[in-house]
Amino acid sequence: MKVLVPVKRVIDYNVKVRVKADGSGVDLANVKMSMNPFDEIAVEEAIRLKEAGKADEIVVVSIGVKQAQETLRTALAMGADRAILVNAADDVHTDIEPLAVAKILAKVVEEEQPGLVLAGKQAIDNDMNATGQMLSALLGWSQGTFASELDIEGDKAVVTREVDGGLQTIKVSMPAIVTVDLRLNEPRYASLPNIMKAKKKPLDEKTAADYGVDVTPRLEIVSTTEPAARDAGIIVGSVDELVEKLKEAGAV
Amino acid sequence: MAVLLLAEVNNGELALDATAKAVTAAKSLGDVTVLAAGGTAAAAGEAAAKIDGVAKVLVAEDASLGHRLAESTAALIVSLAGDYEHIVAPATTDAKNVMPRVAALLDVMVISDASGVVDANTFERPIYAGNAVQTVKSNDAKKVITFRTSTFDAAGEGGSASVETVSAADNPGLSEWVEDKVAESDRPELTSAGVVVSGGRGVGSEEDFKLIEALADKLNAAVGASRAAVDSGYAPNDWQVGQTGKVVAPELYIAVGISGAIQHLAGMKDSKIIVAINKDEEAPIFQVADFGLVADLFEAVPALTEKLG
Repeated sequence: MKVLVPVKRVIDYNVKVRVKADGSGVDLANVKMSMNPFDEIAVEEAIRLKEAGKADEIVVVSIGVKQAQETLRTALAMGADRAILVNAADDVHTDIEPLAVAKILAKVVEEEQPGLVLAGKQAIDNDMNATGQMLSALLGWSQGTFASELDIEGDKAVVTREVDGGLQTIKVSMPAIVTVDLRLNEPRYASLPNIMKAKKKPLDEKTAADYGVDVTPRLEIVSTTEPAARDAGIIVGSVDELVEKLKEAGAV
Repeated sequence: MAVLLLAEVNNGELALDATAKAVTAAKSLGDVTVLAAGGTAAAAGEAAAKIDGVAKVLVAEDASLGHRLAESTAALIVSLAGDYEHIVAPATTDAKNVMPRVAALLDVMVISDASGVVDANTFERPIYAGNAVQTVKSNDAKKVITFRTSTFDAAGEGGSASVETVSAADNPGLSEWVEDKVAESDRPELTSAGVVVSGGRGVGSEEDFKLIEALADKLNAAVGASRAAVDSGYAPNDWQVGQTGKVVAPELYIAVGISGAIQHLAGMKDSKIIVAINKDEEAPIFQVADFGLVADLFEAVPALTEKLG
């Protein structure tokens, strides 16, 4: 079985986000970028499926600016077999919407015919939590979102999902889209020899136009602002003082 | 202009708080029709009909709609979509599973976790773990939206909307439910509780999380946790507060042994009063706290539990 894993280049999760003064967006120039943490978990899961003999090839794909090549190389260094970069934007500040990403991925799926698509449940930049579900809709495939456990049993995938009330287990028909949550696994670090080897693994470059997909946004960004700041608080000296302050504030 | 609102239905019962908050968000967009879907949903539909501001309720009962499987629920919503300009839901995990699928089937973008309504086409939503707020204007003919419940007050009760039944759409039969593992608890529900007590990595073990639970019970509070505490197995996943967990905005939030990573702050910084108890005075949680106590939680929390109430 071939596994397709879409990966996104996003601001590193440790970087302090700065909103641009003109309100046009978040400043991403000269900021450390990394693979979306949820996508790392998806890549790791694909590698584990391959190691367990349940997958034979892992293809990673990224859609965005040409710098996403670095993100793909990271996935190749972790253990993916080959990569596809779909150039869809020139400016690092351009975020391709999940609907357009899903449309491109649907075309990639048609070409590659994977048995499983493993995707992160959300990207930590736009926090939309949509691409996997949208891809599933466009393909008419089943979906298992927010997975914290995944088992492949013949032509079914058993997915345990992290939901508001706890955990839900469902069985979905393959081919399927599974989006992964935090507790699925702990991604490995790429070793130096594997980073070197990854440079020689195949990476195809395409454009959104190659797939005939219009990436014009449906949502126009009117403004991007800083959230309201909280007023500075105080440090209390003891539990007694804390109780007193909470009573004064009417909180208890 | 008409709005179709997917009610949150769990095992046939309406999740009133989440649904009523979404009704508040949706009311300004047009007449609100609530869709109660499930294996059984009639009682949920009756309950939804009593929410102020609901004009009509549609009840869809079918085995294929049980457990809110995405494929069958999305197919149902799409079959009804023609009459509505807005299709909305509270931003629960169920709705986040279903609504992007609906949007793609309608060839429109989804607007996830909207925290504000500017006008019928324009919405605010947090991005980058709440470190920025984006205002987006939709150019799509239909808008598919999930609303972040913590930023809207629940609509009251007293309505008496008419209730109609509708049929399920063809079940694509792509997935089947196996089991739910839901912890039963007498505590208030995390996203609607007035007080939340959360523990982090500093709590150190599942056993010591009882300290957090004891304080919560004293305050009639819900219990939350940071990602680190959930990853370490001290607390179940449904307690996680943060960017990718639950978003809460209670009257009082007490963070114990939580350092305050931005991903956690994303889920609680709209709380009215924030208390932080941490032995590390440099912990970033103190920057958002109204009242900070630099102390060993193993001494401070039992003392606080004793002195309250």
